[in-house]
Amino acid sequence: MKNKSNKDYSHIKGWAIDADPKNDPVYPMKNRTNGEHKGYNWKRPKQQAVDREVLHSNERPNVSAVFGLAPEPSGLSGMIRRFAFKYSENEHTHWLSLLFADRVNELEGLVDDIKKGQFPNIIAEKGWGAQWKHDRKTMIKKITVGTAIVAGIAIMLSGKRNKYF
Amino acid sequence: MLAMNYRGTRRIRLDHDKPIPEIEHPQDAIIKVTRSCICGSDLHLYNGNVPDTRIGSTFGHEFVGIVEEIGTDVQNIKVGDQVIVPFNIACGQCVFCEQELYASCHESNPQSTALGGIFGYSHIAGGHEGGQAEYVRVPYANVGPMVIPDNLDLDDAVLLTDIVPTGYQAAEMGGIQKGDTVVVFGAGPVGIMAAKCSWLFGAGRVIVIDQEEYRLDFVQKYADCEVYNFNSLEDPVKFIKQTTDWLGADVCIDAVGAEAAGDALQTITGRKLLLQAGSATALQWAINGVKKGGIVSVVGVYGPTGNLVPIGNVVNKGITVRAGQASVKRLLPKLIEHVQKGVLNPKELITHRIPLEEVADGYRIFSEKLDHVIKPVLIPPSA
Repeated sequence: MKNKSNKDYSHIKGWAIDADPKNDPVYPMKNRTNGEHKGYNWKRPKQQAVDREVLHSNERPNVSAVFGLAPEPSGLSGMIRRFAFKYSENEHTHWLSLLFADRVNELEGLVDDIKKGQFPNIIAEKGWGAQWKHDRKTMIKKITVGTAIVAGIAIMLSGKRNKYF
Repeated sequence: MLAMNYRGTRRIRLDHDKPIPEIEHPQDAIIKVTRSCICGSDLHLYNGNVPDTRIGSTFGHEFVGIVEEIGTDVQNIKVGDQVIVPFNIACGQCVFCEQELYASCHESNPQSTALGGIFGYSHIAGGHEGGQAEYVRVPYANVGPMVIPDNLDLDDAVLLTDIVPTGYQAAEMGGIQKGDTVVVFGAGPVGIMAAKCSWLFGAGRVIVIDQEEYRLDFVQKYADCEVYNFNSLEDPVKFIKQTTDWLGADVCIDAVGAEAAGDALQTITGRKLLLQAGSATALQWAINGVKKGGIVSVVGVYGPTGNLVPIGNVVNKGITVRAGQASVKRLLPKLIEHVQKGVLNPKELITHRIPLEEVADGYRIFSEKLDHVIKPVLIPPSA
């Protein structure tokens, strides 16, 4: 059912008798004009050419007049992102799919790098040099704990294998 | 050009051959970056917590620079001007911009209706490339960028793009009245500015709560406030009640957001398991620590899904919660004046000047709070 807009409140007894513009909890964030009561009718800026894939929220009717040029959706992560944008911002499916797409995109990035013969320098990318310089103690602790966990898992797995072979 | 390149959770590298951005819209400008900062909210991206953060993106929403090129419809700035660029991308024409809600522009972000465009803040904020690079494309250049006055230091200017207005607005939203007790959760750059600015509204007492001793020492001197390490308190909320004659603070400010520590349940569900949109510990403490009928002001950044917060206490105590991304353009003229008059000295927060080439180290230093970092600034080699 479509709601009818009711612009005439004069028949409502007592309407706005206590209205006080000073009682405005959003002041001074908002210089209130109530322009939004007229709906989506402002003079829009010129539209940036939509010459690439721009996913847009289904809670708006269009692509905003400008948008960014950070990477377009691509590959498997792109497919997941397209799926996500079928759901509104109100849906967990929207956000969880996007987070999942981000993790897939990380793997795609690694594969792309390797395909280009550019093996990522994980130590530099993670800034471990800075950590070593400024907080060697924590880093040694992390490396020790990490090594112990990996060694423990390796020993457990090799133990299991020995049981069967 | 050189540009920061996001490669995945806590992995960043420097691109040497990212194409220089071009004019894509008549109101665009291309800015040659002279200073950019790493912001606490960039760490949410760095930690992989913000949905739709795509590999290959360049972060950075706090930057100043020199106008290199302008689109055909740009009149308010010219090539060669040194400009402050607010982190909000705002058209100036939509109904939200008309009402000075520049962080809520409806014509700069197609991907999400909850917020306007932000430079370098994932596709959730419009997919705009950021300023941790040598050049950046700035849409709506007639609206956002402001020419830096001759007597304003570049280091002050770059902090006016976000943390000063955000800290100021945190205090402003608190509706602070003369004599009020204000508690600020978080002694990061925004919390420090919120504490400093609380005095400008007439606070009678300003208390900052954090767990990093060096940051507490800094804010105590910088903002002339009381400081407490929550690790040394039995319960921060109980402490606030005790120290306010058992009534609670008049105003509590959450200047932490999703990366908060201090509550095991919040940390595990929000930061480790990602079952909620970050850890809402500071917000929980703010709601529970404010007096009945008090005001909670939220500028800490949270993800878009949801958080565990004691909403029942918001109702029971009749609290007003006010929140928002800073409307930088609205506040800039006043804040520039405050800086020029020496009321605010933002550049004192800068502890690290890092060459853009070492951006990965910069993120590690800031995220791990190494070397007593308060605010790191990235300097491109061409600056």
